[in-house]
Amino acid sequence: MVGGGGLDLLCNGVKIHHVDVPHKDQNRLEMRDLLAWVQSNLIKERPEMFIKEDSVRPGVLVLVNDCDWELCGGLGAELEEKDVVVFISTLHGG
Amino acid sequence: MKFHKTLHYEALPFENPLSLDRRCYQNLAQETRFFQPRASCPLPSSALPTREAISSPPREDTSDHWSGHLHQYAAHLTIINCCTISMEEGEGSTASKRGGGRLCFICNQRRPALKRPKTQEQICRECFYVVFEEEIHRVIMDNHLFKPGERIAVAASGGKDSTVLAYVLSELNRRHSYGLDLFLLSVDEGITGYRDDSLETVKRNEIQYGLPLKVVSYKDLYGWTMDEIVSVIGLKNNCTFCGVFRRQALDRGAALLKADKLVTGHNADDIAETVLLNILRGDIARLSRCTFIVTGEDGPIPRCKPFKYTYEKEINKYAYFKKLDYFSTECTYSPNAYRGFAREFIKDLERIRPQAILDIIRSGEDFRISTTTRMPEQGTCERCGYISSQKLCKACVLLEGLNRGLLKLGISRANGSRRHDVGHPKPEAKRPIIQNKPCGTLDF
Ligand SMILES: [Zn+2]
Ligand SMILES: [Zn+2]
Ligand SMILES: [Zn+2]
Repeated sequence: MVGGGGLDLLCNGVKIHHVDVPHKDQNRLEMRDLLAWVQSNLIKERPEMFIKEDSVRPGVLVLVNDCDWELCGGLGAELEEKDVVVFISTLHGG
Repeated sequence: MKFHKTLHYEALPFENPLSLDRRCYQNLAQETRFFQPRASCPLPSSALPTREAISSPPREDTSDHWSGHLHQYAAHLTIINCCTISMEEGEGSTASKRGGGRLCFICNQRRPALKRPKTQEQICRECFYVVFEEEIHRVIMDNHLFKPGERIAVAASGGKDSTVLAYVLSELNRRHSYGLDLFLLSVDEGITGYRDDSLETVKRNEIQYGLPLKVVSYKDLYGWTMDEIVSVIGLKNNCTFCGVFRRQALDRGAALLKADKLVTGHNADDIAETVLLNILRGDIARLSRCTFIVTGEDGPIPRCKPFKYTYEKEINKYAYFKKLDYFSTECTYSPNAYRGFAREFIKDLERIRPQAILDIIRSGEDFRISTTTRMPEQGTCERCGYISSQKLCKACVLLEGLNRGLLKLGISRANGSRRHDVGHPKPEAKRPIIQNKPCGTLDF
């Protein structure tokens, strides 16, 4: 999992995380599970920079294996082993 | 599994004749269930293809007539909000989670990697590069932004917007033979941990893109670094200094480069945000100016914004996919909460309706300053010769205050547009904030 564009600052400056997310349902891990897990396990400060309501904050781009998550089903996108999820904040300067 | 698609056609303020070939139209037509031209479509209804025409696949022999209609149509319209997909009950979820196994809307060959916010088309990475770059090319051409032989300074902060701008401009300059001499121009505010790192990025860009770089520093121009200024005045009002000084520094740097124009990386989101802020502040003069693609034609050096219609979201994806080298830490002295609020509001709107960003820009464009409103007359600063409507320019007033220790001078009469950053609490100076743009960079 990669957090770019300043989001790494929320996780003690670590950009790349290899994560093993425990999930109840053996077969299915969805993006919404990952978000919840990230929020409680990786984000060290200001979670509001990452999460808004039950999704990522508008302006944070999410890519699953380099594909926009909107095309993969958004919160319901199913994740598999070795998938690469990238979060990029667009809310910083240019 | 059945797809139900709703196609809406909507006129956009800039025409982007999509390079849809007939095969694309056929694909489109086959999947069309509903076809609704928008009420405000600029074409007479006789020029529009009928629903029958678009929903029945053309026969080869009549294809000319058929595609003639569509091309005429596509030249004026851009497809937005391409499809709503719903699954019929009773059918298994055979669609793969990776985009349902569909192919790129443009080339119909590769898997889509993203959805364009403006058009909702699902397109692959390669096609995205092409439409992204060519759309900027169109904006440049339609607005006559450059003339052959001009020297163009790209205001380069090391951040993603200006990095993508420098990259795309040097590509387009080559591809379409603009005949421009491009330069990178950076301002060193003297902010430890922020500007020194981002300047390293710009120095790498200089080599990567082969564009000569000029750096002008606050220290050289004004005798003060931002760090020194903040150590004297604290974190109140520092963005006033930053904004005034940066604006002038860019002009002076551009003059040193003998540049004909300065281009900045302000994108559609930035402009929509500024339109909103100017409406909220009731700043009519700025409101009418902030949507101009070229400003300062009466000043020392015109500035233009080739990204005026480019979504931040796409700039980000472009930078990511192209693996461009940019710097993404926030200006450490950027407490502009008011702007942060507008920014967030724009992003919320975009999520609900991506078109909203362009609509806001368009509504900003529709405001015209009334002829009875007097614009201040422009003269030059007595001390430094910079353009100014007063005896001394803002930078000189601020500097005089700094040098004399009269900190209130220059800020006390700060105009309404600065109200937002006066007195905003700032608990920790060095803590990077990611919700805001660096201060000053958004003043138009
Ligand atoms: Zn394609
Ligand atoms: Zn002056
Ligand atoms: Zn600043």
